[in-house]
Amino acid sequence: MDMTWATALPLIFMAVMGLALLAYVVLDGYDLGVGILLPLASDAEKDVMVASIGPFWDANETWLVLGVGVLLICFPKAHGMVLSALYLPVAVMLVGLILRGVAFDFRVKARDSHKATWNRLFAAGSLVTTLAQGWMLGAYITGLQNDTWGLLFALGIALTLPAAYAMLGVGWLIMKTEGDLQHKALAWGRKVLWPMGAALAGISLATPLVSHTVFAKWFVLPELFALLPIPLACVGAFFAIRHVLHTPRVVQAGYGWIVFVATVVVFVLAFFGLAYSIYPFIVIDRLTVWEAASATESLVVIGIGVAITLPVIIVYTVFMYRVFWGKARELTYGL
Amino acid sequence: MDTFTLSRIQFGANISFHILFPTITIALCWFLVFFRLRHGATRGTPAALGWEQAYYFWTKVFALSFALGVVSGITMSFQFGTNWPGFMEHVGNIAGPLLGYEVLTAFFLEASFLGIMLFGRGRVSDRVHLAATLMVAFGTTLSAFWILSLNSWMQTPAGYEIIDGKFHAVDWLAIVFNPSFPYRLGHKLLASALTAGFLIAGVSAWQLLKGTATDGTRKALRTAITAVAIVIPLQIFMGDLHGLNTLEHQPAKIAAIEGIWHTEKGAPLTLFGLPNEKEGRTDHAIQIPKAASLILAHDIDAELKGLNEFPGAHPPVAPVFWGFRVMVGMGMLMLAVAWWGAFVLVRRRGQDLATLPRLLLFTLVGMTFSGWVATLAGWYVTEIGRQPFLVYGLFRTADAVAQHPPGMVAGTLVAYLTVYVLLLVAYIGVIKYMAEHSTMPTAAVAPPAPQAI
Repeated sequence: MDMTWATALPLIFMAVMGLALLAYVVLDGYDLGVGILLPLASDAEKDVMVASIGPFWDANETWLVLGVGVLLICFPKAHGMVLSALYLPVAVMLVGLILRGVAFDFRVKARDSHKATWNRLFAAGSLVTTLAQGWMLGAYITGLQNDTWGLLFALGIALTLPAAYAMLGVGWLIMKTEGDLQHKALAWGRKVLWPMGAALAGISLATPLVSHTVFAKWFVLPELFALLPIPLACVGAFFAIRHVLHTPRVVQAGYGWIVFVATVVVFVLAFFGLAYSIYPFIVIDRLTVWEAASATESLVVIGIGVAITLPVIIVYTVFMYRVFWGKARELTYGL
Repeated sequence: MDTFTLSRIQFGANISFHILFPTITIALCWFLVFFRLRHGATRGTPAALGWEQAYYFWTKVFALSFALGVVSGITMSFQFGTNWPGFMEHVGNIAGPLLGYEVLTAFFLEASFLGIMLFGRGRVSDRVHLAATLMVAFGTTLSAFWILSLNSWMQTPAGYEIIDGKFHAVDWLAIVFNPSFPYRLGHKLLASALTAGFLIAGVSAWQLLKGTATDGTRKALRTAITAVAIVIPLQIFMGDLHGLNTLEHQPAKIAAIEGIWHTEKGAPLTLFGLPNEKEGRTDHAIQIPKAASLILAHDIDAELKGLNEFPGAHPPVAPVFWGFRVMVGMGMLMLAVAWWGAFVLVRRRGQDLATLPRLLLFTLVGMTFSGWVATLAGWYVTEIGRQPFLVYGLFRTADAVAQHPPGMVAGTLVAYLTVYVLLLVAYIGVIKYMAEHSTMPTAAVAPPAPQAI
């Protein structure tokens, strides 16, 4: 195939969309994970946990808008097909995101007697959002099939994602908190470790079974050997997490960040595995990247915008993270 | 009800709920910039504390409003796909890049610097913090720029060609700066200034009445009344320009607004009446002869096109007719209250604001959310007035809808509405609560436990 702008631009935007969604899953994943863990903490700890994500969540959520935005802008046909098929889980996720997002602000501004209610809504919104996102991911991988196996698979991922997000939340809390809360975070991490591992292994094995296309891409030689590092690295990351969670010494020595980074590694590898499985489709077996793409002249216009703004966005995102670097402190609007 | 109607109600409900909050935050952020600058300029004098109090209190309101705007905005980017897939399939080549530039240039900017603006004062220098606040203000305004460009393009499309039923871009400058865009952007930004201004004035008046006012309350009230008194005549002027532009490009909308059923010369201005769409007339109309022609064409004998010229292609008359009267009526009320307030302030210059007439304070409290009423009414005029088209004259709304089972759309509609009503009650309740407990944490009274936002 000749590489012209008409064939290259859809691929470039598929990559932009994928990376935006990966950034969303990792960044808002820790927000949602902290939200899911919130009911396990004491009232004072809840404040610290929310303070640790307070300055970031809004920008984190914007990556979802970018990911869905690229789908909407560059692949309008796929946007319609995917989101129409996922009508209900999308609605459930949106209600969850709404509740989680507003609870951030209401919980400290409402009268004290209402704070517990907003805390509960914060946790419920985080959990509901996560379940719905898992369901959507599952349905997407099966190519939006509505048969029993497709639904069971979606349900499986819906139940897996909370464990994975909770682990991201644990990793975040280990980095951003200290003392009792940090110890608690380690304990929570030990509890979600095996459910997360089992679920991830289950999904990896089930995916080729529900999709022949995926099976055909992975289980052929010599590709299988070239792909082997992906599952092996995942196993390595998993045991790195396990080691740190069981060895408080490592955390005290300042290596607590390994939990977060290793969990991110698992997400990144899963993402590339998925990308490899799906390519060149945007809706598996139904619609390729090129079939779904907008007109080239529109892609060029938005491509120029992405090329200029995305590096700037990354620069000020890094700046923002540096400003709030270190252990979470009390959040106040004043001086 | 059918899926089409339900989907329209659902999108209408979402966008109505959403616009309440950007309408506040777009201008409120510039008010915050002003409070910050005044605080900087008065540093070392007793006035500085007041400006700091005003900044602190309204930052809390801003944070809350911003969060509600963000979460309700995300809903819409998904609903394009879930409910209206035909929109992006036909118009995506034009709507897509405009939405994309909004996300890339505005959303990330405001969301990233918001954290520093809200919580970063103790972590960055004053100058960086002011820059962050300016970035957020700039981002919210830029966001309005892009989304209103797209909205205006749907009203007055330009710079496109249609190939196989799909819109393609030909001239991006013509698309972005389409004929109704400058008027709509100006109208919206001024509406935001009025909405935020009356909100500040109303809440401050409530604090004065309740005895919870600080020096910051007085400074905020003075600023807000001054702002709305200056903005409201500009807004009325801008609205008139916008109306003339609509007459040129969307005569069917004007015919519905004015209740002109048949093309006529020297058309009367209908002040009130009951539009009777079945019979094609306005019942019990109170009219001023020839005034509509005078106002719209600046000529008492000018011919105005009636709804009869647009069979099957004009909007439903009653909502557009009433929406317009509610908006204009609210505008007149704003003019009266704003100038009354400004007059009193000038007369009592140098006196304590707590001695303001109670009638004025209660009136301001009553006008707290007047901007919302006028904004929603105005949006209904322009959006329902665009029907039955999605892209005016070219692409029908009915051709974009996804054929879901009506029960599913109705179910999610009920869920959204429930959430929105609860959040609206909570929002107003919390603002009232904050107004009545508006102490600023100082080093002495700060709570010992870590307090998060």
